[in-house]
Amino acid sequence: MTSAYYTVISNEKLTENVYKMVLGGDTSSITAPGQFINIKLEGLFLRRPISIYDWDDKTLTIIYKVVGEGTEQMAGIKAGVSLDCLVGLGNGFDTSVSGERPVLIGGGVGIPPMYGLAKKLIAEGKKPQVILGFNKESEIFAYNEFCAICEDVYVTTVDGSVGTCGFVTDVLKNLDYTYFYTCGPMPMFRAIEATALGSGQFSFEERMGCGFGACMGCTCKTKYGNKRICKDGPVLVREEIIW
Amino acid sequence: MVDTKVNLSGITLDNPIIPASGTFGFGYEFAELYDINMLGTFSFKGTTKDARFGNPTPRIAECREGMINSVGLQNPGVHKVIEEELPKLKQCFSKPVMANVSGFSIDEYVYTCELLDKEPQVGWLEVNISCPNVHNGGMAFGTSADNAAQVVKAIKAVTKKPLYVKLSPNVTDIASIAVACEEAGADGISLINTLLGMKIDLKTKRCVVANKMGGFSGRAIFPVAVRMVYQVYEAVKIPVIGMGGVATAEDVIEMMLAGATAVEVGAENLVNPYACRDIINDLPRVMKKYGINKLTDIIGGAH
Repeated sequence: MTSAYYTVISNEKLTENVYKMVLGGDTSSITAPGQFINIKLEGLFLRRPISIYDWDDKTLTIIYKVVGEGTEQMAGIKAGVSLDCLVGLGNGFDTSVSGERPVLIGGGVGIPPMYGLAKKLIAEGKKPQVILGFNKESEIFAYNEFCAICEDVYVTTVDGSVGTCGFVTDVLKNLDYTYFYTCGPMPMFRAIEATALGSGQFSFEERMGCGFGACMGCTCKTKYGNKRICKDGPVLVREEIIW
Repeated sequence: MVDTKVNLSGITLDNPIIPASGTFGFGYEFAELYDINMLGTFSFKGTTKDARFGNPTPRIAECREGMINSVGLQNPGVHKVIEEELPKLKQCFSKPVMANVSGFSIDEYVYTCELLDKEPQVGWLEVNISCPNVHNGGMAFGTSADNAAQVVKAIKAVTKKPLYVKLSPNVTDIASIAVACEEAGADGISLINTLLGMKIDLKTKRCVVANKMGGFSGRAIFPVAVRMVYQVYEAVKIPVIGMGGVATAEDVIEMMLAGATAVEVGAENLVNPYACRDIINDLPRVMKKYGINKLTDIIGGAH
């Protein structure tokens, strides 16, 4: 974990309420895709945890949805501002177990960590397939970025405006894959749990206090014992999850 | 050179800074970040007789200048603490540690304290009679002078180490409860625990934390804590550990002027994991600024 100030390089609107922020600073503590950062904001007591979309040696990128006071404030932050961040939090995805042809399933604002994961898998010589689930066309983001690195990118929309009409599981059920990785809302997780074959990893969300394992605010029960979503997660393997 | 040393019941602390129970785990998360031997000591995660999962999630809510938690005393139980946590702690912390204990009956308090009292790493027992999170019992001990005294007497009968009683602020007259603890044999008083609070989400129109109510802590409660430390200092002769919303070296000085011999830092650790290190490093500067050479000189200085 790194605790430092990061400079906002850009903060761009992608859809009506989804933004992409690039931060410059020390990224050496990021060890796996699926990890997150915890941002201190003006006038707010607790930090705001946001998953990492992509990173390199000097920058990290987050994609976040405006859902409350914290993310509203973030949407208004201009380039050049310094943000107090804890970086490299959580376990992240384990890519060593993916096999040659894993599928990555992202729903809405659960999509961002799938990008860093896809890049890592590709760098390891694997051929990930990607399913991106949205409600409607106007909510689509990051599609072109995924297409630029992956051959098989599927989009689903609930209203059928783009791609397959329905849910991510409507595509998933027709795919062949060696392993699955997913991040998104709980109803989507339940549908994936009911549909997916074989093993996989789910990245969970929970209200957090500290984000680094001290307060026990985000503990859940698993078959392998109590786990803190922020420190022992946010990624849990299918076999340990109690639904 | 300024002197930051203080003394708690015969044990000298290099400085008065003590991370508060529940915000510092058993130390390792923070030992990865800095050498925690720089602390005065720390109060480890509230320990009970049996393992506890705690309350359902969400357990945390953001509030103005503070937070609500209803973790519900999640801990591995006293046996695992002694067999697993204390040996691990020994690897990164060489000073006497403060053992924080909770219970739901006098027998449970006695059982847990008796075991921890035998551990050489433990310097003090800090008995939480005030956790507002648990429905059955916890609250009652800290809100009645008689019940508080009964717990203290029962624990003192089976322990040798200094016993600090951590008081709830959710009472009408905190000084009378502190006096009851002192008369029952307590060696010191810790205060304040969290204030009972609630946060409602305007979108869902429901309480944010699953348990509805929780303990409110953070910077917002600092003036309440200072007032109560001041009142308790006037009422008892035993040392007082002050806590509640402490976030800066200035806050430490203010708390000591109110009557604290040592000062615990709680919620601030969760926001700034380096909070205690930063406060300790800043303390000499603030002491010089206010003409303080020796910290012990200012304890209760506002009275």
